[in-house]
Formats: sequence, C-alpha cells, structure tokens
Amino acid sequence: MRLLFFALLCCATLVRAGEVPVAVAANFAAPAKQIAADFEKETGHKATLVSGATGKFYAQIRNGAPFEVLLAADDETAARLEKEGAAVAGTRFTYAIGRLVLWSGRPGLVDDKGEVLRKGDFAHLAIANPKLAPYGAAAVEVLTALKLPDAVQARLVVAENITQAHMFVVTGNAELGFVALSQVLKDGKVAEGSAWIVPANLHQPIRQDAILLDKGRGKPAAEAWLNYLKGDKAKAIIKSFGYEI
Amino acid sequence: MLSSPDLAAIWLTFKLATITTLLLLLIGTPIAWWLARTRSWWKGPVGAVVALPIVLPPTVIGFYLLLIMGPQGFVGRFTEWAGIGLLPFTFGGLLVGSVFYSMPFVVQPIQNAFEAIGERPLEAAATLRASPLDTFFSVALPLAKPGFITATILGFAHTVGEFGVVLMIGGNIPDKTRVVSVLIYDHVEALEYGQAHWLAGGMLAFSFLVLLALYTLTGRKSQ
Amino acid sequence: MSIKAQFRLDYPGFALDVDLDLPGRGVTALFGQSGCGKTTLLRCIAGLERGAGRLEVNGETWQDAGSFMATHRRPLGYVFQDARLFAHLTVRGNLDYGMRRAFRRGPGADSRGFNSIVELLGLGPLQERLPERLSGGEQQRVAIARALLTVPRLLLMDEPLASLDHARKQEILPYLERLRDELDIPLIYVSHAADEVARLADHIVVLEAGRAVAQGPLAETLARIDLPIRLGEDAGAVFAATVAERDAEWHLSRVEFDGGELWVKDSGVPVGRRVRVRILARDVSIANSRHDDVSIMNLLPAVVIAHAGEDHPSAVLVQLRIGATTLLARLTRRSAQRLDLAPGREVWVQIKAVALIG
Repeated sequence: MRLLFFALLCCATLVRAGEVPVAVAANFAAPAKQIAADFEKETGHKATLVSGATGKFYAQIRNGAPFEVLLAADDETAARLEKEGAAVAGTRFTYAIGRLVLWSGRPGLVDDKGEVLRKGDFAHLAIANPKLAPYGAAAVEVLTALKLPDAVQARLVVAENITQAHMFVVTGNAELGFVALSQVLKDGKVAEGSAWIVPANLHQPIRQDAILLDKGRGKPAAEAWLNYLKGDKAKAIIKSFGYEI
Repeated sequence: MLSSPDLAAIWLTFKLATITTLLLLLIGTPIAWWLARTRSWWKGPVGAVVALPIVLPPTVIGFYLLLIMGPQGFVGRFTEWAGIGLLPFTFGGLLVGSVFYSMPFVVQPIQNAFEAIGERPLEAAATLRASPLDTFFSVALPLAKPGFITATILGFAHTVGEFGVVLMIGGNIPDKTRVVSVLIYDHVEALEYGQAHWLAGGMLAFSFLVLLALYTLTGRKSQ
Repeated sequence: MSIKAQFRLDYPGFALDVDLDLPGRGVTALFGQSGCGKTTLLRCIAGLERGAGRLEVNGETWQDAGSFMATHRRPLGYVFQDARLFAHLTVRGNLDYGMRRAFRRGPGADSRGFNSIVELLGLGPLQERLPERLSGGEQQRVAIARALLTVPRLLLMDEPLASLDHARKQEILPYLERLRDELDIPLIYVSHAADEVARLADHIVVLEAGRAVAQGPLAETLARIDLPIRLGEDAGAVFAATVAERDAEWHLSRVEFDGGELWVKDSGVPVGRRVRVRILARDVSIANSRHDDVSIMNLLPAVVIAHAGEDHPSAVLVQLRIGATTLLARLTRRSAQRLDLAPGREVWVQIKAVALIG
C-alpha cells in the first residue's frame, strides 16, 4: 500500500512540470535569466534564479540551503562542494569562461594595447579583491605579466567584488578598472567609454563551473536545466554576453 | 594571532572612530541644539535627513556617497575645485562618510538631552543676565552632559562597527581605508576563519565593554 | 518714579490687553485667578514673552514700538514659581551665577552685599549643597537671593509660594516681609492667594481674562464692593494700625487705627510698631444697637456706605465706614433687609476675628 502511494507520487512529479531552484553567480544573472525564459518555453520546467556572491552560496549550501543547482563564479567552489559530498560527483562542468577587460568610462583613455597602464595617466585603478574574486585574481596576474612599475600598485583600489569594481569606474571615482567583459558589453560591443579586452594568455582562464547539488539529485527539472545549459542555444546566449565557451 | 595588517587596521579604525566622534560632537551639537529648539518648518526635513542612516542600508548610503563625491557629483566637483581632489578611496573620504553615517547616533542623544532641559533653566539664566551664547555654554551644555556621554560612546562604537559605507567608498587600501570590519569580512570571505575569529572576537569584546560602560553610566545617572 | 506698562498679546483663546501705571516703589500685586493673564503680564515685563506695546521702568524705556531690550539686558530679578535653580551648580554656584554677570554689566553686589543677602535669606549653612538636596522652601530662598544678587532695579516674583505647602509658606513669608521692608526697588508680585496679597502688597492690580479690572492702593481696592471679581471667602478689608498697648494679664494687644481701636491676640509685636490689620467680611456682623452681652470683644460704631449682591443670591456684601477706614461685612440678604441697611444708616459692627499681618 505504501509502495503504491510512493509510486503514484513519483508519477505525479514526473508528469507535472518541475521547478528547479538555481543559485547563480551575480555576474551571470542576466544571461541566466534569458536562458531560463527559453528553458521554460521549451521544456515546461521552471528555473527559479537566485543571484548572489558565490562565497555566500557556498556557506548557505553547506548549511542546508534548498538550491538544486549552482552556477558559480569560479571553478573552485563547485570542486570543493563535490569533494565534500554536498554535490553530485561527476556533474561538474564549465558553463562559461569570463573575459577580463580594462575599461574606463572616459572615451579614449584606454588604448587597445593597455599602454595606459604603463603611462600611468590615472589616480585610481579599480580591481576586485584578488583573494575573493576570480576576476580580481586574474587582474593581478595581468599586472604581474605586464611587469608594471610599483607605482601602479599604490593606485589600486580594491573592491569586494567585480560588481563594486564596476561601480567604482562607472561613478568615475576610479578612472579605469579591470572588470568583466559581460558588465560592459551591450549588443555585442563595448557600449560606453574605452576598453582593452585583455588577451586570454595573460591570465589563467576564469572558469565558471556549474554542478548538480545534493538536493537536486534525481530531480528531472534540475537535470534538464544542466543539460539545457550545455546546449547550443544556451551557448549562443552566453557568448552574446561576452563570455567564451 | 593578529598579523601586522590586522594591527594596522585596528589602529586605523581607532583613528577613524576618534576623529569622526570629535568632528560629530563639533558639528552635531549645533544641529542638535537647533533641532531641539526650533519651531521652524524645516525641523521635520532636517531631522529626517539626520535620521536617514538609521533606515537606509549602508551600501545604499555608500553608493550615493560614491556618486556625489565622484567627479560628476557636486561634492566631488567642489573638492576638486578647492584643490582637495576626490574624496573616495582616501581617509578624508572615509571620514566624511563616517560622519554622515554616524550622525544620528550623536545628534539624537544630544538633541534628547537638550529637549529634556526645556525652556525653564534657559529663561532663568536670561533673567540672571546671561546672553543666549553664555547660557548655552554655562547652562545647556553642563545640563546635557549625560546626553554627550551617550553620544560620544554611541558615535565611537557605531563608527568602529561601520562596514557597508566603508566597503563602498574605501577601496580597501592598507593604512588608509582598510578598517577592521572590512578586514573581518575579507577573512571570512576568504575562509580564513582563524584570523576572522581573532578580529571579530576582539570587536565583540570591545563593543560589549563600550555598551556596558554606557549602560552603567546612564543607569547610575537615573537612580 | 513709576512703571508704565502697556501690552497687547494674542493667543488662541486668550488675549492680554493692559495699560498700567504702577508705583515705582513698594510691592505691587498682580492678583487674579489662574488663567487671568497675570503670569503672562509678568513675563512680558521681563521680556520672556514678546507682547506688542511699551514698557518704561522708572524713566528707562525697556520696550516700545521700535525697540525691544532682551531679557538678559534688563536690570531685573525674576523669581519663578518653581525655583529653577541650576541643577549642576551648588547653592554657592547658583548665587554667583547672576552676581558675576551683573557685575560685568554694571554695579553688582560686593561681598558685603553678598553676605547681607545670604544672611537675610538664611542661606549661610546651605552654600555647598546641590539644589536636589534642598527642601522646596530652601530652594525658593536661594532663588530669591540669586535674583537679588544681580542688584536688580525691578524685582518680579511669580507666585513664589504657590508650589509650597503651608508650613513652607510660613517659613518663607517672614523673609518676604523683611525684603519688602528693606528693599528700595519696586517689586511686582503675582499671586492668586488673597492672604498673601493682603500681607505683602501696597498696591494691587486685579486681572480678569487678560484685562485689568481694578487697580489702586491695597486697602482702598480690597474694600471695594463693585469689583467684578469676587473674592468670596477671602473678601475683607486691610488697613494700617499701630500697637498702642499690651495687656500682660489677658495676653492681648490694643491697636489703634484711623477711626477707632481693636483688641487682638498678643503676638509679641512691641508697642509703637506699625502693623497691618486684616478683617474678613465673613467675620463681621452688624447690629442696629450696641449689645454688650455678647462674647465679641470688638464693637465699633460705623456708617453704612453701600451694599452689593454676592455670588450666592442669599448673600450681600456691605461696605461700612469707621472714621477714615473702610470695612466689609458679609450678611444674608434677609438680615440686611430686616436691619434696613440703607446707605447713611448708623450701626454697630461686631468683629469676630482680627488678623495682624506683617
């Protein structure tokens, strides 16, 4: 009797369209929203997106948050969750690779070779905290690779995350800063100011990994969402936002 | 244990809170006096502006401070015109932010103290030949002393605990804008829980002692 | 030498409108029930309230159409109903407060003046105390001394006894009387208590609803029966007299006044001393002939001047003259009619109680 009831319940969830709660890295919120719209149209499943800082998601997931999928801003968090058994082993994959851009709100300030860094015609250079944000770590690698004078080091202003670094530059308090290409890209090109898209060989790739969390194990909607993310339609959207894949 | 960046941040925090509190006592006292005594229509709006930091999320305040102190903001234009340069990412900028952010915690206790004094002793002073300014210093200030003690302690403690605003306009620069609260946040985010515990524990102890002192002092007063 | 005060002040539901000419010395009482505007008038005189009008104190203009002297520039002393001592200063500090400031602006009290005022108000042993450790009466004495030490040219007192209980009042009253006798500046004294006024004032202004309905010398004004304000139980006459004889056997004193003499309880006042006598209207009865077979000691011939209705329809107030002195008697209307008390009629008054005040 109990078995029968359980079977019926399973059938019900299979037949009915599912809902998947997804924790999304803040920098990926916009593309995720667009992908989720298509996802719902095509599969009937609904992805409920919650965007925030990856570090906070880690702490929340470890403490029982009801997320079924994580789209992280880095490749470490997903790996750690996998190792710690809070995620389903073998489901981790890179869904997007971030591109770093040296950007200024002022047209003409940033040249297309990043020479401005050497000329030092600025008071503040904004970066995300390299200890906390992958884009910040990448920015520091770029500065090291370019062998910039120490003077630049003294002009760094460190934002807690890439969103705040962007804000420092947008408000003009920092003349320029290392931000995510996805933050300044609009309809496929840099909409405002001047920018140097940093060559990918100057820093480790900024991999953003996704993983199926423990709470999503065996949930069709969660699995469907991860599969959809790997599909060509999703990839096209991801690229249009300035990521590589 | 505490590392040298930790100690630098503690010293910076202490310096910031001390200067902020002194500035606030200087600026806040006339504002509190005016708010306590005016019958002007402006009392409402000015009181509301002073109280804003209590309700607004600190990051919102920080964001707007960033805007108005930036090159396009009116404060930013003024400071550049005056030859001071832009305030964000400087200790001076942090000071301005802290003064605004901790303002209600200094102004309100003083205002309450002034209001509690009422008109009576001031009238008595006037009939004893004291000019309004004389009355302010010889009667109002001494009678409002408990309010000033509360204001000093709260202003100092609140500046020490300030985080969101500093995060926004500070830029996390060692010795200039990296205060304890930001450092704790960094340690926690970087999962360096050990170091975070040392700093956070110290701050907890400090805050407890400050509040304990406050309640002991004011409690004794009211007995 | 006089104080000319003309003020107009409008509040919702209340308007002060007075034009007074007060004597430039002695005690003037502003008398009336609470809400009549007497405190407001006093505050206008002090400059604590800004009424339209003008104020001239013994030849000096403090306020007129074009000028307003701030309170702290007016050479006045003000004693509030609540003493308003500064809680953060000792008694000594409170006394010094006004004295030091007055000294900076002109002649202030010197140490001799200080000592004599401290002595006058009995503050010697209290000087190091904080106000919170003083009784209400002590606080009020400090407040009076504090005002005097500014060497004011006008002293204002706003019901200084109203917040005190009976015992405390009796404690302060002698100080006020000594003050009245020793002070050569005008004192304006606000009160709603007829006995205080009778005891202290030389001149009275009766206020009602923001207007002065009567003003004049105390005895004359109190003996009027045409005032719109009814003193009720407090109605009575006050006049001056001199102690003429003290009878040791019966412990009585004989006082002489303009028109006759009275026997009163001996209260130790020496022969020859000028005293104030107060006789309440309710303590006076009238007879058409002299009766010696009653317990009442004081029987005097008098002439009826006038009578007027009282606040209760059963009562009348009769005004009588004994020599140059006016007396009031309160009777039932029926008795007045039975005795046929028309003006000019000669009668005997029987006085049940006489109070020597001050």
